[in-house]
Amino acid sequence: MALLNLHLKVWRQTGTQPGHFQDIEAPEIPDHASFLEMMDIVNERLIRAGQDPVAFDHDCREGICGMCSMTINGMAHGPERGTTTCQLHMRKFRTGDTIWVEPFRARAFPVVKDLMVDRSAFDRIMKAGGYVSVRTGAAPEANEIPVGKEIADAAMDAAACIGCGACVASCKNASAMLYVSAKAGQLNTLPQGHAEKDRRTLAMVRQMDAEGFGNCTNQYECEAACPKEISVRWIAKLNRDYAVASVKELVGAGRQQSQAGE
Amino acid sequence: MKLDSKIPSGPMAEKWSRHKQDSKLINPKNKRKYSIIVVGSGLAGAAAAASLSELGYKVKCFCFQDSPRRAHSIAAQGGINAAKNYQNDGDSVHRLFYDTVKGGDFRAREANVHRLAEVSVNIIDQCVAQGVPFAREYGGGLANRSFGGAQVSRTFYARGQTGQQLLLGAYSALSKEIARGGVEMHTRTEMLDLVVADGETKGIITRNLVTGKVEAHAADTVLLCTGGYGNVFFLSTNAMGCNVTATWRAHRRGATFANPCYTQIHPTCIPVSGDYQSKLTLMSESLRNDGRVWVPKKAEDCGKPASQIPEADRDYFLERKYPSFGNLAPRDISSRAAKEACDDGRGVGPGGRGVYLDFSEAINEFGENVIKERYGNLFDMYERITGESAYKQPMRIYPAVHYTMGGLWVDYNLMSNLSGLHVLGEANFSDHGANRLGASALMQGLADGYFVIPTTVANYLVTQKPGAVTTAHPAFKEALEAANGRINQLLNVKGKRTVDSFHRELGLLVWDKCGMGRNRAGLEEALRRIPEIRAEFWENVLVPGSGSVANPELEKAGRVADFMEFAELLCRDALDREESCGGHFREEHQFPDGEAKRDDENFCYVSAYEYSGDLSKPILHKEPLTFEEVHLTLRSYK
Repeated sequence: MALLNLHLKVWRQTGTQPGHFQDIEAPEIPDHASFLEMMDIVNERLIRAGQDPVAFDHDCREGICGMCSMTINGMAHGPERGTTTCQLHMRKFRTGDTIWVEPFRARAFPVVKDLMVDRSAFDRIMKAGGYVSVRTGAAPEANEIPVGKEIADAAMDAAACIGCGACVASCKNASAMLYVSAKAGQLNTLPQGHAEKDRRTLAMVRQMDAEGFGNCTNQYECEAACPKEISVRWIAKLNRDYAVASVKELVGAGRQQSQAGE
Repeated sequence: MKLDSKIPSGPMAEKWSRHKQDSKLINPKNKRKYSIIVVGSGLAGAAAAASLSELGYKVKCFCFQDSPRRAHSIAAQGGINAAKNYQNDGDSVHRLFYDTVKGGDFRAREANVHRLAEVSVNIIDQCVAQGVPFAREYGGGLANRSFGGAQVSRTFYARGQTGQQLLLGAYSALSKEIARGGVEMHTRTEMLDLVVADGETKGIITRNLVTGKVEAHAADTVLLCTGGYGNVFFLSTNAMGCNVTATWRAHRRGATFANPCYTQIHPTCIPVSGDYQSKLTLMSESLRNDGRVWVPKKAEDCGKPASQIPEADRDYFLERKYPSFGNLAPRDISSRAAKEACDDGRGVGPGGRGVYLDFSEAINEFGENVIKERYGNLFDMYERITGESAYKQPMRIYPAVHYTMGGLWVDYNLMSNLSGLHVLGEANFSDHGANRLGASALMQGLADGYFVIPTTVANYLVTQKPGAVTTAHPAFKEALEAANGRINQLLNVKGKRTVDSFHRELGLLVWDKCGMGRNRAGLEEALRRIPEIRAEFWENVLVPGSGSVANPELEKAGRVADFMEFAELLCRDALDREESCGGHFREEHQFPDGEAKRDDENFCYVSAYEYSGDLSKPILHKEPLTFEEVHLTLRSYK
């Protein structure tokens, strides 16, 4: 196992105060360590030196909870494709490297402290319509809803989203379209989600806009940064579903008005 | 104290339906007057919060993560069991019940396990209706796979991320109820203490992890859905934030802690590679469907690359020792067999603490594409962590702490001996006995949350006047002061050692003395050392910063302080239980061939510990286990 000597430039910020980069030397980092374990080592040293450790979000460290969220050398979750920060290992870096470590940056993700950001906007989008309205106990026998393997597999591709927000952080517009399209797309694809498809699509997109996420201008940085490699074709599907739902809403609203007029 | 399990009378297969029939009802208008606190938003917590809100109760749900979707249930890979018998391979509720009781080495409560097996089928229905994308066959029906400890295929799965998909289903139900106004969600909020007012559990004390604000919350009952205590070992497959604080604080307030020594060591994890390591990563048990476990027959071959060890010189030790279950032997048994091989000097990889999990035969038989489809994400994860490709060389694996069967004692209603405190999921002790079978944790979390508590909680609530106790009660003031006092105490030690250094020291000791193999001398040594480490912690820990801002070190310090206390109870229980059963292996109690030797004569009971005020002198209560349906036998997988 080799040891790496690294120079870190780490974003430090408290709440809404202006932030800055701090230079931190990180000598003798084992190359088998994960990126977050490197941060653990750095924090241990900071604490022992009487300094404030770097705050960052993390939990499962298996690449599935979606809690870790660092922009490393300008890339959300760092340079390794299809990999969360917690699964990025130091063998991908070389001794002498300078590494820039920043929070996920987006207007809709305000910084809490240092590298921690507030991603509750994602929860509010889910609250707007990211569900099938089925009560506990009101479900039919599972195999009474046949779902073709291709459809189930497609829904699973979308469902793999871990809600980390890398798509937003990597987008120059801070658009959340990949996230929203994956969440809506999973349910809109499955027969279980059909009844509420239009309502769901409109509600989730409108909440996304209300949260201050930007528009999608088809740069596809989101797909490149996504640790679960969710495809941008879900965005195309969301656009189609949204167009259909909007037209139906317009026509429906017109019909209601004419009915009210009668 | 008498522990009344409140098991309903009647034949085993009718107990749950009779109990539902006999349970109290609260009319919809009155339900709205009752408030319920749910701590934790994993499978048990999210399912309970959503289902209780649907019934009309006012729910407050708390999680320490930044979103309820991140609870550690999300990391479960392999699947969820249900007695659907879609495979026509002879499965039934009774067989799932029997497998689970036997898998738990006859140390679980029969009636609870039977109920679990019964509702397993409803869980799959519920999850499918929510849009959980389970694996399907071409005809559109649900697919199944096999799992350890069973000879039928009853495990439902969603690629290698079943836990995430089930949790997202529960989270979506929770989101629906938050939107409707039935659930008030508190994220980045940690429970610090339980509030017991005049003998009834009426609330919790929390800390907001962003603002540092310590607050009191009152309700008519409290549900702890806070997971297990595996992180007492420091290194485990648990998420970094998993902790014992909620259940331990409840224990200190009067809830008995049951069977703490039943801990599960999962056989297939990526081995430890260095002392910087923060956690261990599980490789799903489903891999043992196609992977074959082996070590070299001769110790001198261990240094050679696997490809240079001829077939004849390999010891496929699980297939050799357990021919009828082979590589799918249950977790406790497989883990011990791997440890034995390594203790025998035949372990592979750095430090000799590893065994091979080899897919070459399966790749030859089915082709790499099929294996990639089945386990691609797991192989990718393995490569990211180790830098090695499991398509080209066997994985190296070693057992690691994964799950804890022990937990707070509960009766059939999932209520603790502490009136008004309900405990769900991994946090309670009730269903898995001394060993949990694979794909049963997800089943239990969802069973408790979706189907058990919505019925049983009313049995307690009808005895209570809604809103009778508010945060103005002196018990809240006392608990608030205690919580604030403890935070200040932690911040004011201003010693020289970091929180992690203490956690690591404690964890290594507990792993060494109370891990896969346990003996009297080792446990007695641990019981001497733990109070010493704890004393040093309170004199020499260094917690930077203040309590009034986001301070992850302070959060860790509080959790580690509780692990320091809990570890002693864990080792004391392991010392007290003079038998080997499931995950609890006392080296003094084994057959000549190394198999666990249970002592039904003297230990066929649940050990439930009451806090006495002195951490070293817990009071042991025993709930005898009686078996009506299942005949107690030697648990054999040969």
